[in-house]
Amino acid sequence: MFGLKADWSLEVFERYFTLGNYAGGEARWCPGCGDLGVLNTVHRVMRDAQMLPEKSVVVSGIGCSSRLPHYVGTYGLHGLHGRALPLANGVKSRRPDLDVWVGTGDGDCFSIGAGHWIHAVRYNMDMVVLIFDNGIYGLTKKQTSPTTPIGASTNTHPTGAFLPPLNPLTITLGITNVSFVAQVPDWNPPLLYETIKAAHQHKGTGFVRILQRCPVFSPDFCKPYQENPEQMLLLTHENGIPMDPGVKRLFPEHQEHDPQNWVEAMELARDQVKLPVGLLYYDPDAAVYNDQSAQGLDTTNEEKLTALNAALDRFAI
Amino acid sequence: MATPTGTETASVIEGGFKQPVQLDEHIIEIVSDSGEGAQKCGQTFGSISGKMGNGVWTVEIIPAEIQPPARSPAGASGIRIRLGCRYMTNMGDEADLAVAFNEQVLYSRIANGAYKEGTIVLLENKWATDPQEEIREAYATAVGEFRNNGLIVHELPMEEECLKLTSNPRKGKNMFALGMLAQIYARDVDKCLAEIAQTFSRKGDKVIQANQDLFNAGCAFAAEQIEYHFRVPPYTTDMSKPTIITSGNQAVGLGVMAAGMELVSMYPITPATSASHYVAEVFQNVGGFIHQAEDEIAAISFAIGASYAGKTACTITSGPGVALKTEMIGLAVMAEIPLVIVDVQRGGPATGLPTKVEQADLLSAIYGAPGDAPKVVIAAATIEECLHFVILARKLAEAFRTPVILLTDANLATGVQPYPRPQIKEEWFTAPVDRSAWDEHVPPYDWDPETGLSPRPIPGQRNGEYVLTGLSHTRRSKVAYDSDTNQVTHKMRSRKLAALLKTLKPPKVHGDDEGDLLVVGWGSTMGAIEEAIDHLREDGKRVSYLHLRFLSPLEPGLKEIFSRFKKVMTVEINYSDDLKDPLIDEESRRYAQLAILLRAKTLVDVDCWSVVYGHPLQPGMIYKVISDRLKKQNN
Ligand SMILES: Cc1ncc(C[n+]2csc(CCOP(=O)(O)OP(=O)(O)O)c2C)c(N)n1
Ligand code: SF4
Ligand SMILES: [Mg+2]
Repeated sequence: MFGLKADWSLEVFERYFTLGNYAGGEARWCPGCGDLGVLNTVHRVMRDAQMLPEKSVVVSGIGCSSRLPHYVGTYGLHGLHGRALPLANGVKSRRPDLDVWVGTGDGDCFSIGAGHWIHAVRYNMDMVVLIFDNGIYGLTKKQTSPTTPIGASTNTHPTGAFLPPLNPLTITLGITNVSFVAQVPDWNPPLLYETIKAAHQHKGTGFVRILQRCPVFSPDFCKPYQENPEQMLLLTHENGIPMDPGVKRLFPEHQEHDPQNWVEAMELARDQVKLPVGLLYYDPDAAVYNDQSAQGLDTTNEEKLTALNAALDRFAI
Repeated sequence: MATPTGTETASVIEGGFKQPVQLDEHIIEIVSDSGEGAQKCGQTFGSISGKMGNGVWTVEIIPAEIQPPARSPAGASGIRIRLGCRYMTNMGDEADLAVAFNEQVLYSRIANGAYKEGTIVLLENKWATDPQEEIREAYATAVGEFRNNGLIVHELPMEEECLKLTSNPRKGKNMFALGMLAQIYARDVDKCLAEIAQTFSRKGDKVIQANQDLFNAGCAFAAEQIEYHFRVPPYTTDMSKPTIITSGNQAVGLGVMAAGMELVSMYPITPATSASHYVAEVFQNVGGFIHQAEDEIAAISFAIGASYAGKTACTITSGPGVALKTEMIGLAVMAEIPLVIVDVQRGGPATGLPTKVEQADLLSAIYGAPGDAPKVVIAAATIEECLHFVILARKLAEAFRTPVILLTDANLATGVQPYPRPQIKEEWFTAPVDRSAWDEHVPPYDWDPETGLSPRPIPGQRNGEYVLTGLSHTRRSKVAYDSDTNQVTHKMRSRKLAALLKTLKPPKVHGDDEGDLLVVGWGSTMGAIEEAIDHLREDGKRVSYLHLRFLSPLEPGLKEIFSRFKKVMTVEINYSDDLKDPLIDEESRRYAQLAILLRAKTLVDVDCWSVVYGHPLQPGMIYKVISDRLKKQNN
């Protein structure tokens, strides 16, 4: 912690990072936007882990939430709509030394990027994936997203969204090789912090669905849970998200849930009445794709030359 | 096309000579139902001939369907080997000799114009005595028809001979056929046996021995029963120069490794996939990793992610894949990420002709992106260039901080040819970036105002932290929507192509520097066009050829070169309207793709001839087309 080596060398001391080191450009989100709280939390988790700014990469797609990299002082990759995950997977593939973060919206991840979502969860590369789910397309001004509640009025469905919303948790849990699934509201900073921190410490894809307030286009998406916290079910367990009594007190409903119990996780995720909050599922043994993709990094030029000549030998006449 | 070789062959057949006949070249086909090993037979024959110093071009005959019924014209599977006493650059015109395991598959080859009067056919005769009457009849009818069409058909008991050695001749007949061909063409038997041993090395000694026995039986049979003795002398007696023989896709794979790619990210698509198959087989030996992504968009995104993180990466695909990757190519242009994209072109649009050759991705490669997205596009003309151009592409991508599209096609992909073994240089594959700290005063896009070039910070480099974005951005990579930034940054990206152009020399004309007609081409058609041009020039025609390898930017000096010819035309494998067709006139006519580029670039009235028959252009066909044009032009 705190970047201090046992020898207390000057170099290490000089490189103690403050929140300022992780700050990027000034955030341009609307007042009251849930993204701001997530951003601050990311800064804090990075600071507390003393991640080297030059070795951290924040990757995103397109959307309000996908502006995240611009507001973090590390390296960043603000990609294309829907493609945050494969871009991030590529960054990590041959650079396992980089700390990779992904910020993606509900449209970005669950709609245009849905194919990548499924496969990235299965690849289970070592990274944090934050889904800013505001139940709406924010940047393009209020179109229906896959998680827009049924009946909610949007610019593409003015008389109300037709279909029941897609359940990101059951889908993610259903993907083979899933290793970490958590859900958290943006308006509880201590719980948000602990959840993102746990996802960061997890080796594999730490998938965090954040219920994100968009007071401008989808104020009713989070309001029921803000106003009636009993509609949420706090998951507690010694292997779950650490939380102090102060946090617990804010949630009237609790349930002890072992995050390695997949069947129970699925049942909780399916519950449409009480929204589970905390760590639903965790598998520390799931295969991590970058363990494979990063093989051979230490191959020397001499070895490459030998291998290349051997390859040519096979075609020699 | 009636070549001297053709007439000589015909005389052999009529006379039934026992004397060996010396030839400049010969084209051989082996055709069968799929799964009978014709391709393995032909590949082995081709590589033995290469080892004996012949010029060789091998191309697979791929059935139209995956599981075609047996004995059907749609099922023709096989291989063509063009063998010569000079360097071979294409598949040539009609075959001189064909080995066929049944008569039906010959129909599709005949329909494709693969044979001529006098083509020798060595045909399996077991169908003549098949228990089923329909088969016996079909066989008899076909043999009659073939003979009426001038084919010299010899009915041979290949299967019966094989049955003396194996209970499953379907699996062994190909080596028997190889033995026959080795005898007819006097191939070096030791080399053949060694080649067979290598081909079956993974299957163990027993299998090797069984196949060698079949080969020997084929030789012995031919020595007793077949009158033809052809001698195609080597073109190079200097076998000390190291040579390799590969397909174009294997060459791409070798190029990927020689170029120091650390990552290939791909999604399977014919005819590109076999390049990735080859890479997958050996990539770990050079420390590389091949990622099979969930789709083409993910494949290129993955590669761009890796390249952003400082790792050399490429994606290998075909036209439909490039279409899906288009938006990401735009991101790589906008954010100036080096990336190599190999497009092994096939017939389009949509799923088109997946296994067949076409050169119709040229314009979409250059222009197929939203907004102005200048990028480098180059095309390989030969199998050897498939290897070297990947290395070139990586260098260009890094030096010019840009995606580079390398166009090859199904003809190069499956063609097999010997060429000089590259002397691998360490600089080709050395990792591109240093990890030392970045000078914090240098912005991530420190565009040189004259060239548009700039160095690139890589994650891990201290003080280089920046956010790559596909939005309009300043030197500091800050999002900026103002008019000046957008205008100036477009200039910077475009300027890089001008800077690259300044480093290129005008292309060399094949033939005289002036004349009646200049033919211009690009990609895999070079060999066939040059061969046709050489014949025309031997006939005294004032025609020359210009081959282009850089398509974006286009090579310099074109207008000046064109000015020395009365007429300029392109020859391409893509669609263009024919002025003889209804409704088609100068106004409605749609030109071939290179012709469009050249017309726009030079304001010269460049004509074109292009077809989409799904097969490579043949020298004879081009010869005829150009002769006709010259006649019309000179009238
Ligand atoms: C290929 C493509 N299609 C559409 C868009 C337009 N677009 C940009 S962001 C967006 C939706 C964003 O919604 P979401 O991912 O939920 O992010 P939010 O703005 O709500 O944070 C859309 C449709 C685009 N940029 N690119
Ligand atoms: S529109 Fe909604 S999601 Fe976008 S910045 Fe504003 S509040 Fe946040
Ligand atoms: Mg959204």
